[in-house]
Amino acid sequence: MAAIRLIGVTKTYGQVRANDDVHLTVEAGSVHGLLGENGAGKSTLMKILFGMTRPDAGSVEVDGVPVRLRSSADAVTAGIGMVQQHFSLVESYTVTENLVLGRSPGGPLRRLTHRLDLDGAAQQVTEMSDRFGFRIDPHARVSTLAVGARQRVEILKALWSGTRILILDEPTAALAPPEAAELFTVLRRLRDDGTTIILISHKMPEVFDLCDRVSVLRDGRVVGHRDLGPAHADESARRRLEAELVRLMIGRDQPERPHRPGEPGEPVLVARNLGGGRLHPTDLTVHAGEILGVAGVEGNGQTELVELLVGVRRADSGTIELDGHDVTRTGPGVRLRHGLAHIAEDRHTAAVAERMSIAANTALGFTDTPPLARGRWWLSAKRTARLADALIRRHAVRAGTTSDPVTSLSGGNQQKLVVGRELARAPRLMLAVQPTRGLDVGAAGAVHEALLALRDAGAGVLLVSLDLTEVMSVSDRIIVLSGGRIVGETPARDADPDLLGIWMTGARPTEAAA
Amino acid sequence: MNDLLTMAVVVSALHLAVPLIYPALGGLISERSGVMNIGLEGMMLVGAFTGTAFAYATGSPWLGLLAALAGGLLAGALLAVLCVTLRADQVVAATAINLLGAGLTAAFVPIVWNVDGTSPPVHKLTAWTVPLLADLPGIGVIFSSLTALDYGAFLAALAVWWVLFRTDAGLRLRACGESPEAADSAGVPVLRTRFLAVTMSGAFAAAGGVYLSLVSIGLFQASMTQGRGYLALAAMIFGKWRVWPALLACLLFGLADAVQLRLQIASTLFPSELLLALPYLLALLALATFVGRASAPAAVGRPFART
Repeated sequence: MAAIRLIGVTKTYGQVRANDDVHLTVEAGSVHGLLGENGAGKSTLMKILFGMTRPDAGSVEVDGVPVRLRSSADAVTAGIGMVQQHFSLVESYTVTENLVLGRSPGGPLRRLTHRLDLDGAAQQVTEMSDRFGFRIDPHARVSTLAVGARQRVEILKALWSGTRILILDEPTAALAPPEAAELFTVLRRLRDDGTTIILISHKMPEVFDLCDRVSVLRDGRVVGHRDLGPAHADESARRRLEAELVRLMIGRDQPERPHRPGEPGEPVLVARNLGGGRLHPTDLTVHAGEILGVAGVEGNGQTELVELLVGVRRADSGTIELDGHDVTRTGPGVRLRHGLAHIAEDRHTAAVAERMSIAANTALGFTDTPPLARGRWWLSAKRTARLADALIRRHAVRAGTTSDPVTSLSGGNQQKLVVGRELARAPRLMLAVQPTRGLDVGAAGAVHEALLALRDAGAGVLLVSLDLTEVMSVSDRIIVLSGGRIVGETPARDADPDLLGIWMTGARPTEAAA
Repeated sequence: MNDLLTMAVVVSALHLAVPLIYPALGGLISERSGVMNIGLEGMMLVGAFTGTAFAYATGSPWLGLLAALAGGLLAGALLAVLCVTLRADQVVAATAINLLGAGLTAAFVPIVWNVDGTSPPVHKLTAWTVPLLADLPGIGVIFSSLTALDYGAFLAALAVWWVLFRTDAGLRLRACGESPEAADSAGVPVLRTRFLAVTMSGAFAAAGGVYLSLVSIGLFQASMTQGRGYLALAAMIFGKWRVWPALLACLLFGLADAVQLRLQIASTLFPSELLLALPYLLALLALATFVGRASAPAAVGRPFART
């Protein structure tokens, strides 16, 4: 029997079809995997299923009955629960208090006068915890629990409010392997007890470990369903299926190749044994006249790598040499002076000051040097405005006047402004992190063109992107980060998307890769 | 004789502590729900004034007390509109309440009574002699010198503690102060809960204010609270946002005040200005030494809006 049926679900955001006529059936009591690259539409689909957003077209059936999911409360009533990557627990409360919160019966008067039966609830939590192997102490304060345990509390919370269909959004993203193993134990027992589980993931091993069936999304469409039953027993069938799923996820069409290869010269960035946070000690070199693409699934050390190179994270180990200068112990200011430019991944926190004007945002990073600053105490407003005007024209930013707040620009236009500003530094090394996020095809092409021109002028470019097509079409050389390590390196012109996908997802190499 | 003197100090300490206990409880409710309330001082003045005015007009201090509570609810609701509904800066909004409370009540004195600064005396709430207990040797004097409002302070503390820490309503309210996002996702109406909590805190603060005018001295005087709202806030923080420690802190401050008064009469050794400052110095010392930042509700001062 089908626990969930999605029929022709379509959702459009502006120009983007996040979900395009999606048909999906999830069998009751099964673990159903949902595979897809970033931006393939998995999250949108699950938001629709959890009532957080409404589809433009299509319908949802739960247990064969059509339901209208107008809010998360509707979804909870229908027996659907969701564990998001961002937890919503009260940290200073105990596990039991978190479960009981907002769930007690009776009206306002009863809530004010009647003693809350926490002991009884704790006992129930213990029973549930023992039955499914949660291994959670109901009296523990959430603030004392590790991430894995907090996640299990979230699952308990969902079950507590009557969830029969549990959605997990990349549940192992923040877990260490032993914690992930504990989670899987719990999930298997829940499945055996009759709970339906939908697992969003792009990690191939865990999908094969846990799922009975998977659906693959690409560009908002379901591009295939596969039963994983045969793969559980037969190793060679499993490898074939893995390769097939990777191809489905990434798409067959060969990405466009760079029209002109670069001519690598001297190194402009040499990182030796560089490590910090999730990034294990890593050696990395970017040459002048070269674009080095960094591919990988989100959260595999890219953020740490970028933060280390920009100088906002202290290195646990290793050294960084920028254009011949040792900058390991310096902050971002010094590195900017040595020729670093940075198109930040998160525009809102790291690239623009949202309350300030377009002109002020253009001047960021130029405020202590000529021509904008004349001497130590004087910043020329006129020259700042002139620079902003020039950038707006050169990069076709759709803007009013430069004194308007930067938030008056659309996201895409803000991004163009940031890219323009960073290019204006005439850098020796450009750190471009998701530089085309939020841009339409034309603007993205212009950014790629600008990066290629920068390379041809003799600068080095480190391009970090979750979009494999982008990495393949612009880079000269590609490295893949997985689990905080460089797991593969290849010249871009020989790059095989299947192989890159296998590296990215941590799938075991097939014969083709070996 | 000596014995009676110390009992007198105890009674005086209680009288001085009660107008701190009420606003401290009010502040506790508000801050536990996530809204900083430094407007207690202004709300106390509103209570003191409204109580006196209605006691004067009706001749009944009891009606005055009721009016004071209603006035406090209104003042609390005003702060709630500013801080919860409109998401104004909580420090600025509460400061506005303080200025408004002090200014309006002072301005209304000449309007209502045709005199400047101080109202004519009104009927006070009278002390209630508890049968039997009042006959006890030694401590009996306590039970013949307290009013219903004094006993009420301790009952209120018990009620606040019960609701906040033993009921579902309290669990919900505290969740709003710790993590409004988590509370929201658990189906708790965060804004409504905070609104009610801040409004209630106004009534509590007003009870403290009306105690000063209708129990302590029997008239209204402009700015008669003399910073007790802030002192109550200090007691609440000193008590780490918990009911019984906050109550103890209020009693401690009350005792310091009583001893200070006693010393002023008994000795000329200390300059009286220094003695007057004693409770405040004590509060300063307590806050600077004993309270870690970690004891405040995690989300206090942070307006909530769904993203």
